[in-house]
Amino acid sequence: MPVDPSIVGRSFPPTRPYPVTAEALRAFAAATGGAWTGGPAPATFPIVTAFEAMNAFLEAEQVALHRIVHGEQRFAYERPVVEGDELTATLTVTSLRQIGGNDIIGTTSEVTDATGALVCTTGATLVHRADGSEA
Amino acid sequence: MSLEPRTFTITRADLVAYAAASGDHNPIHTDEAVATSVGLPGVIAHGMYTLALAARAVADWFPEHEVVTLGCKFTSPVVVPAEGGAEVVVAGEEKGGEDGLTTVALTVTHEGQKVLGMPKAVLRRA
Repeated sequence: MPVDPSIVGRSFPPTRPYPVTAEALRAFAAATGGAWTGGPAPATFPIVTAFEAMNAFLEAEQVALHRIVHGEQRFAYERPVVEGDELTATLTVTSLRQIGGNDIIGTTSEVTDATGALVCTTGATLVHRADGSEA
Repeated sequence: MSLEPRTFTITRADLVAYAAASGDHNPIHTDEAVATSVGLPGVIAHGMYTLALAARAVADWFPEHEVVTLGCKFTSPVVVPAEGGAEVVVAGEEKGGEDGLTTVALTVTHEGQKVLGMPKAVLRRA
């Protein structure tokens, strides 16, 4: 089922604050074959909270996650994420196109810290594969 | 200036660990049956996994810098076999930047094919 075009421009509620622990940073770095030994978080770490916002959006729109393929992701940082941050993401749907029965969904998430200051803005393009796209 | 290319190997176990660490539990990254049911050639790496490898290379090349912007399109999936792993090569070209910024144009390939569209990082000295 196509995504409802009226969602463009809609913002979803902020995610619950995500505590950036040393354990979470170590696990994220280790999963990508690296090591976190203090200092700034891996650059793509804010995806953790941005992804939670995306999941909430997809659930609200009753879109099955396994039909989503990631098309594009961009980050613009005000500062690096560090241990002790509490991050919250607020997602806005910025665009929606339908091509060949697939929905191309543009989103922007603002990731803020416990003081409300912007840490990074991240844009994602999500491709929602239509039911008929099975091989 | 060309930067020394970095080679990484992605295994299915890595994708399971990344799903847990990132919260991205899309089963197309861990379950062959689900992946093929939506028309994919097999289990594919999270696009964000591959971008994280690109960010690792950038952090290795520029340990004194912090990232200002980072992004790419995910143009071709990295299929990760059940046995062994998938190799990803991250190459980079350092460009002169303005206002003390350094731009790194990246090329990320799997089996000789580009998998990220125009991946790029902009850095500043921390």
